[in-house]
Amino acid sequence: MKGIAHIFGEDISTDVILPTDYTHGSTIDYKHVFDPVRPGFADEIERGDMVVAGKNFGCGSSRESAPIAIQLSGVSAVVAESFSRIFYRNAIAIGLPVITAKRITDFVSEGNEIEINLDTGVILNNTTGVEIEGESMPREIQSIFEAGGLIKHYKLNKD
Amino acid sequence: MNGHTTAEKILANSADLEEVWPGDHIICKVDMAMAHDMGTPSIIEYFKEMGVENVWDTSKIVCVMDHIAPSHHVADADSKVSIRKFIQETGIQNFYDVGSGISHNILPEYGHVRPGELVVGTDSHTTSHGTFGAAGTGLGYTEMAYVLATGETWLRVPETIKFEFRGEFSKWVGAKDLILHIAGEYGTDFGQYKSIEYTGDPINSMELDDRFMFPNMSVELGAKFGFTPVDSKVTDYIDKRTDTPYKSRDADIDASYSEIYQMDVSSISPKISIPHKVDNVVDVEDVENIKLDQVFIGSCTNGKFQDLKIAAEILNGKQIAKGMRLIVTPASRAIYSRALKNGIIDVLTDSGAVVTNSTCGACVGRGMGIIGEGEVCLAAMNRNFRGRMGSYESEIYLSSVATAAASSITGMITDPRRKL
Repeated sequence: MKGIAHIFGEDISTDVILPTDYTHGSTIDYKHVFDPVRPGFADEIERGDMVVAGKNFGCGSSRESAPIAIQLSGVSAVVAESFSRIFYRNAIAIGLPVITAKRITDFVSEGNEIEINLDTGVILNNTTGVEIEGESMPREIQSIFEAGGLIKHYKLNKD
Repeated sequence: MNGHTTAEKILANSADLEEVWPGDHIICKVDMAMAHDMGTPSIIEYFKEMGVENVWDTSKIVCVMDHIAPSHHVADADSKVSIRKFIQETGIQNFYDVGSGISHNILPEYGHVRPGELVVGTDSHTTSHGTFGAAGTGLGYTEMAYVLATGETWLRVPETIKFEFRGEFSKWVGAKDLILHIAGEYGTDFGQYKSIEYTGDPINSMELDDRFMFPNMSVELGAKFGFTPVDSKVTDYIDKRTDTPYKSRDADIDASYSEIYQMDVSSISPKISIPHKVDNVVDVEDVENIKLDQVFIGSCTNGKFQDLKIAAEILNGKQIAKGMRLIVTPASRAIYSRALKNGIIDVLTDSGAVVTNSTCGACVGRGMGIIGEGEVCLAAMNRNFRGRMGSYESEIYLSSVATAAASSITGMITDPRRKL
């Protein structure tokens, strides 16, 4: 999969990804994704674009509204130097690809086109030609992701 | 070394395995599952989508209306209507409606947590239950729907970090200052995917209310679990609240740790975490002139009985600064009631504080103390991320209750040792 990269810093919290006020019941107002640090993000990006971020992406609360808002806004994958564990799990559970790649922000700039191989974790920066080694998702949980998320995985395997 | 850490022992038991090692991916049986009002509406949708009729065990699920409580938007009131209906339909036995308090404080209070158990919840601070020797961790809504249906979840067995503390705290310095100090020293991701064990005399001599700080704020260090030791303080507390048998699974003496840190607490001074990250930690002296619009004392982290007692001790007979608000939110109705009987609530209200019902409220930016553009709040709570308490253009500083209470008298960040 490939897309245009949008760069974010370190410690992007779930409060910053989607401020709590934009969730009522199960309704998630994804138009406000990243509002506190990058207002207008949802309008500005194209479907298939990717988020590239520094360490500890998705830290803070366990709100699943954060990865859901990112997914609904059209982002196809998140590559970060590291992820907060709950965000990482939630992303897998809803079928949003998450790849860990150390120093990724040193090799990718805003607007670069990147290509991700989900099986190997290798990320190719098509704009610069640089190849970056990332970590694919653990083998044991890849079946959840491949089914399209945990609910679909459950339905496929319940019998 | 062949021994195991607390996390390894609890997870091996929950996976029905002889032993497990860090890095293993295992399927675990959950002992208790908690869902709150912000997560449950989505959980209900996913649960129905799975095509499941019955929850796995009506006695092992706790549902708490704590985040937006009482509701102040129709949409939130409507979602609580659907939650109450779901509770009735499924027969979930443990339901705590608006006003009962914050889940992490309620679960132990009502006997839903025991040493050696695995507790999952739709809230990151579920790590708090490590105070009672239980492995507690946060999950999202899709995963909780799966747990409600099956009673199981997958976990990666974490490496364990150990802290060995020694020495005695100086007056008006304590658990919160120490955990902020750790965040400042090592960062908010050094515990990522790991379990943390906190040990030593300073922990052993603390009240459970203060020990709670370490497992609770372990998630602020990135951790999956946090534990303080199980001793007679813990078992006395638990045994009064549950008849269900349990087996404590404290770490073996020859357990293997990924890192061990030793720390003398006697040199720690009151700490402040400055906007907008928990690990931006400075000594209180460095920011003493910062003017405040609001002081908040509350949340699962700082709304406990000992917290309210310290606040009342400092505010007794004093008035909060003119032009400033002090919001105090007891973490549970039981804590509120105990503080009321001890005259603590009187002292706080006489000083000019607003004492709210028990809720996550201001800490999660959903009422009872939201702050506006340009405002500065000193908060005895757990996070200071941009926009967490309201406006993106507001600032949150974090501190202990002693620092927060002392600062509410002066209207600016104040060293509690200087004021008192």
